[in-house]
Amino acid sequence: MPAGTLYRGREGMWSWVAHRVTGVLIFFFLFVHVLDTALVRVSPEAYDDVVATYKTPVVNVMEYGLVAAILFHALNGLRIIAVDFWSKGPRRQKQMLWWVVAIWVVLMGGAFYPVLQHTLRTLFGS
Amino acid sequence: MSAETTPATAAAHDVSLYDVDNPAPVIEAPRKRTKKTPKTTRTNFELYGWLFMRLSGIVLVVLVLGHLLIQLVLDGGVSKIGFAFVAGRWASPFWQAWDLVMLWLAMLHGANGLRTVINDYAERATTRFWLKNLLYAATVFTVLLGTLVIFTFDPNIR
Ligand code: HEM
Ligand code: HEM
Repeated sequence: MPAGTLYRGREGMWSWVAHRVTGVLIFFFLFVHVLDTALVRVSPEAYDDVVATYKTPVVNVMEYGLVAAILFHALNGLRIIAVDFWSKGPRRQKQMLWWVVAIWVVLMGGAFYPVLQHTLRTLFGS
Repeated sequence: MSAETTPATAAAHDVSLYDVDNPAPVIEAPRKRTKKTPKTTRTNFELYGWLFMRLSGIVLVVLVLGHLLIQLVLDGGVSKIGFAFVAGRWASPFWQAWDLVMLWLAMLHGANGLRTVINDYAERATTRFWLKNLLYAATVFTVLLGTLVIFTFDPNIR
């Protein structure tokens, strides 16, 4: 890379980076997810065994992370679509990013207990 | 930089930088079709890919967020999931169809997105070629396996 041309974007660049990273992450999860779901064709025990790993605290926390990634990718994806198809989209792209972040924070707050309740209950009693 | 030495100054003083002996360089229009442009680029594949990313994205918002709501949020979160739960859900053609459409759309959307990422970062032509073939093979395999599982699911496997 030629010296002095390193592009340091602002919100627009970082939202693009986050969109790309989350997209790739979800794709790899989906690949594994279809493989583990395919175990229903092997035996109920084989399927229940892998699902048991989904219920361990560490993986449960990773599921919350997956929800975080998908919620961002989905909300920001809608923002990209609005920028491309809505006449006022390009001018409001930054404003819409803050909406994405705000809605993301609210939904992540709401998802905290439901998604992690399995771990919270097994770790901290009934 | 001193103002006297910049070309802009020449223009500002109404003196052209170029003349008959010293013509301005020709700048070709971006992506101009030349005799060497391969025929295979003369389709609208990338346009349809771009459109597909947006249309599938809108549908996936409903399908994937609905799926996550059912699997991870409602009714005890992940605790309830097991073979019996899946058997109950795939007893209904509605949820079979939901999962089938979600499988195809998410895999094609994700694969097309990853194709862009590979094109961006893999600089050597052979690396690009093999990474994309690996991607296509994994995608076809996953879509076919997932489809097979939905259509052949047997609640009385034992
Ligand atoms: C939940 C609803 C979703 C929406 C609204 C959405 C939206 C989008 C949009 C509009 C793009 C195009 C970005 C561009 O052309 O610059 C995109 C790219 C992408 N999406 Fe999604 N998507 C969703 C779900 C998914 C899922 C489930 C996956 C994985 C299986 C995924 C993986 C990707 C990847 C890998 C890219 C390419 C990123 C890049 O080129 O930087 N998306 N998404
Ligand atoms: C950790 C979060 C997730 C859990 C616990 C989960 C759970 C499940 C379960 C129990 C099934 C069996 C069928 C059913 O009940 O509908 C299933 C199937 C499926 N899920 Fe998920 N899911 C999760 C995340 C996702 C995500 C993020 C996607 C999409 C990007 C996805 C896509 C699918 C697909 C396509 C199928 C059908 C698989 C097949 O055809 O064999 N899931 N999931």
